[in-house]
Amino acid sequence: MRRIIIIKILLSAVIAAIMINGGIELYKHRHFQLPIVAGPGITKVKKLSDYCESLKGTMADTYVFFLEGKEEGGKMLIMSNTHANEPAALLAVLIFLENATVEKGTLIIIPQFNQSASRNTRPGDGYPLYFEIPTDWGSKKFRMGNRDASWLDQWPDPDVYIHYPDRQLLSFIDTRNTNRTWPGRPNGPLMERVTYAAMQIIREEKVDVAVDVHGAETMFPVTNCIVAPEKSMRIATMTTLTVKAQEKFDNHVEPSPSGFRGLSHREIGDFSDAMPFLLEAPIPFLDQPTGPKTVELLLDGKDPFLLSLSKKGKLFVPYDETGWPMDKRVGQHTSVILELMRQFSRKFPEKALQVQNVPKYAEVVKNGVGYYYHDPDESDKKSIYLN
Amino acid sequence: MPLIMILYYVISVYLIVLLLWNFIKEKKSVNDMVLYLLVLIPLILRILRVK
Repeated sequence: MRRIIIIKILLSAVIAAIMINGGIELYKHRHFQLPIVAGPGITKVKKLSDYCESLKGTMADTYVFFLEGKEEGGKMLIMSNTHANEPAALLAVLIFLENATVEKGTLIIIPQFNQSASRNTRPGDGYPLYFEIPTDWGSKKFRMGNRDASWLDQWPDPDVYIHYPDRQLLSFIDTRNTNRTWPGRPNGPLMERVTYAAMQIIREEKVDVAVDVHGAETMFPVTNCIVAPEKSMRIATMTTLTVKAQEKFDNHVEPSPSGFRGLSHREIGDFSDAMPFLLEAPIPFLDQPTGPKTVELLLDGKDPFLLSLSKKGKLFVPYDETGWPMDKRVGQHTSVILELMRQFSRKFPEKALQVQNVPKYAEVVKNGVGYYYHDPDESDKKSIYLN
Repeated sequence: MPLIMILYYVISVYLIVLLLWNFIKEKKSVNDMVLYLLVLIPLILRILRVK
């Protein structure tokens, strides 16, 4: 009897130690704050809950930054971290936030669109909790998030997610995926409220162009591309042709499927006057047949298994020993966003957008992403937003 | 917090009590003791709102 009690005490101690050790790491990750240094172009900062009251006080509420030009013009909404495990999107959008100045029109930026997912992780897949980008002043530390919102914020999942309003049956997990819950509703599950708030921004602020920035596996055909519905197709096509001709990188157009509901590039177009675009850059980290999911793989995109598959013609993007470095992916995103603005302004001169101080592909690849981030310790405290 | 979420937390607490009770009652199998404790981990982390 005494032997059993001793065994139970020892087992409890070991399991408690494992749980406390892991639990502290997970708790710190969920509560880690990313300092965003608001750049000279930011004129107004709001929150998502200003557009959907029921988000107030939840982990899904997040900052919405406005960069308003001196002259009136078009309005573009840019969202990143819709999927918080595709960090090139956030890194590209932060370059806009910290550096851009707007001459004409308005930029509205939501850097952590799925705030809850950015505070979630995938331990079963061995995701790193953080990654760091080298800068001139040290390194900037980021949370590595997950594709879906945390169960701590939206639980339980249904057996099947019934999309609102089409009632299409989607995977249960997509109830926490903010690229399946568009156009959302104010009293639905938390992630539907997030997309509803974004739809309200689009409708109330009269947004002309909505850009949702992502990353996709190299083995997935919808990668390295712009996904666009019918109404956005011409501008998307002109953008891909121009970046190919002038900046020498491939970026094809994929049509948004009209029968697959809940996606930003479908629902924003159908439920508002805005033209939606969804940008994809390759992210080898998300491919299934890779080595360990390390920070190095996340940042340089080098993997021997993908290299072998590339030689067998199994990938949808060019891939060699250089991998797919983060600078390249971020540079593609900044260039494509700038080109979308230019093409939209050419087609609708009365709604032109003019933005300065945002580097294009070649500059980002040459200088590195970290070059464009400012040191929060050296910046005016009023310009720091913890997100 | 929606009502259904509160109910799931209540279910989690109930399962924790069941597992702890089984762990205390177990007199022979060390394997079962380890299993009861391992299954407890995600439930405890959930009710503490850690993961």
